[in-house]
Amino acid sequence: MKRKLLALSLVLALVLSFALTGCKPTEKAPTDDNNVTNEDTNTPDDNDAEATDIKVGMVTDEGGVNDQSFNQSAWEGLEQAQQELGVTAKYQESHQEADYAPNFETLLDAGNDLIWGIGYKLADAALAAAEANPDTKYGIIDSAYGDDTPENMVGVLFKAEQPSFLVGYIAGRMTETNKIGFVGGIEGEVIGSFDYGFQAGVQYAAKELGKEITVLSQYADSFSDAAKGKSIATNMYQQGMDVVFHAAGGVGDGVIEAAKEQNKWVIGVDRDQSDMAPDNVLTSAMKRVDIGVYNIVKALKDGNFPGGTTVTYGLADNGAVDIAPTSDKHVPADILTKVEEIKQDIINGKIEVPVNQDTYDVFVEGLK
Amino acid sequence: MKKNNKFIVTLFSIFLGLVVGAIILFISGYNPIEAYQVMFMGIFGSPKYISYTIVRSTPIIITGISVAFAFKTGLFNIGAEGQFIIGSIFAMIAGYLFKLPPVIHGLVAILVGALAAGIWAGIVGVLKSKFGINEVISSIMLNWIALYMNNYFLTFPLLRRPNSDASFKVLDTAKINFLGQWKVSEAGKAFLKDNKFLRELLNPPVNYGFLIAILLAILVWYILKHTTLGYQLKAVGYNKDAAEYGGINIKKNIVVSMMIAGAISGIAGATQVLGVEHQIGILAASQGYGFNGMAVSLIAGNNPLATIPAGLLFGGLTYGGGKLNSLIGAPSEVINIAIGSIVFFVAMPKLFEMFGKIFTRRKRGENLD
Repeated sequence: MKRKLLALSLVLALVLSFALTGCKPTEKAPTDDNNVTNEDTNTPDDNDAEATDIKVGMVTDEGGVNDQSFNQSAWEGLEQAQQELGVTAKYQESHQEADYAPNFETLLDAGNDLIWGIGYKLADAALAAAEANPDTKYGIIDSAYGDDTPENMVGVLFKAEQPSFLVGYIAGRMTETNKIGFVGGIEGEVIGSFDYGFQAGVQYAAKELGKEITVLSQYADSFSDAAKGKSIATNMYQQGMDVVFHAAGGVGDGVIEAAKEQNKWVIGVDRDQSDMAPDNVLTSAMKRVDIGVYNIVKALKDGNFPGGTTVTYGLADNGAVDIAPTSDKHVPADILTKVEEIKQDIINGKIEVPVNQDTYDVFVEGLK
Repeated sequence: MKKNNKFIVTLFSIFLGLVVGAIILFISGYNPIEAYQVMFMGIFGSPKYISYTIVRSTPIIITGISVAFAFKTGLFNIGAEGQFIIGSIFAMIAGYLFKLPPVIHGLVAILVGALAAGIWAGIVGVLKSKFGINEVISSIMLNWIALYMNNYFLTFPLLRRPNSDASFKVLDTAKINFLGQWKVSEAGKAFLKDNKFLRELLNPPVNYGFLIAILLAILVWYILKHTTLGYQLKAVGYNKDAAEYGGINIKKNIVVSMMIAGAISGIAGATQVLGVEHQIGILAASQGYGFNGMAVSLIAGNNPLATIPAGLLFGGLTYGGGKLNSLIGAPSEVINIAIGSIVFFVAMPKLFEMFGKIFTRRKRGENLD
């Protein structure tokens, strides 16, 4: 009898907690915002920004707007646009995949002039919305439709493999055990470009040093499960890997946590994650979604919205992708000088950074 | 409690929930009247909003029926979430790999999903009847296995769409969208262009899932109320020992009951895949269709027919409430707390009722020993 009651009350607790909040991944308290906001957005509302009546909205994926990763970064870009360009910005969070389409409609009905889909997961819903509503502008991050891009739409891509190559090179130069780890979120084209770019950078360093370095890459099948990231990374460190790079959104919080506990090197992603573990974050492969979003909003305001095209940001485009500015803290100056050279080589096209298995195989073949 | 009375209590709870939700919104610095206005308009403001509310409510009505059915037969189907996932996986596989004519293809895919989920839930039933393992524990564990199975299936190149984290889309013949083909054809587009009302109504992924939900609710109600099977299942739920004494095979009934509940949840997953998403994606966490179904079942007082309005209420609250995000700038957390407290209050009297019922029921059962 008592056991039955206990079981029942446990079940009820579960039901209620899942039913009411379970449908969305964990989210960070909004107070974390300030840690990540870049300098420009910290400046208080300057009223000189002439007010326009341009309205911009964005639809997040399931990570939500405080994901410490690209959704948050995109929203920071819009907030900056709000302050500096005088546009009005709103966001709409998705909790399930089925939310994407209705969220685009909600923002459309609210009269937004430009609607962003943040992340490749929204690519289909964004394209459908853009095709159905030719009078509204749409933007998509991390996805492109090539020549099929509608006139009212712009795709924004980041050459994530380029900064990944640079941090891979740094990792290769810094490792003492000659074993390096990579933790990915969910397998796919975007995270793959981090993975292969990174591995290529490591092999580039290995060749230079004339030794063999192995890279183990493992996927967490999640962008939010920090506990899983921590267990994967802890495992990697215990197997003797002394540098781990992650491209896994919220999962990466756990990876950095593990690095702190084991006192090993970790490489951050998307933004300069040095603040999360100043003694352990070696460098970060930055992918500034906020810059991409901001630039398009600015273009829209200036009347030259690049509709029907895909805008790609690489190392050549000042600061949209790069290694973190705090890298000089732990990385010796001679390595950083070499990184600068490699960066120029990538910009000049002397080094073709691989983005998937096929191009990676070609790259490794070329190293021999 | 009399029927009429019950209804009034539910209405009062909904009202109370709205009041508490308003207080929470107010404390968080949002005008509750404005917020409710936005929510109301967000649900009824346009034909397409109503369509979206129905689309969103459909899966949780069906999982709600599943939970309600299991509860009527004395089982707590907390595994609806996993059964939903299994149903969606197999409906997707059937919808993508089978080559069948329209309509039949959709029906076959739904049946395949239902069958797979039924067998899946049957595991729980067998474990309970053969080894006495509590269905709550085993089905929670199976939820996770289903989730990872979903991700495992997506590692097969046969199913995984290249360069994405989702499966291939189901074939057009398997889709169960209302006028789905016609909607995107030239003739359909031309017709809808001039008919704003219909265009808006059909714009969301409206599908036959809602009709299936209504049919299922009636079917389950009928089975429980008017068939021998239903009588036996209920008897086992009310008092196992008395039922056994009366010559009912308890073990068989537990398995059958779990399988039916599982098949119903599987249909929910199938209709969601065939009617809304048309694909399955890699899941990082549960999407909550099964768990929300439990809330729906609670609000409905475990009455299969009442899950329809209860599911519409829940679906409307989450759909309309979600709009507070961009329209008044309220963060999702505040919205979830407000919606959560509404559901909490709605479910509360039922909760106490159920507690009371189970308590007295078990007591009577124990006295029999």
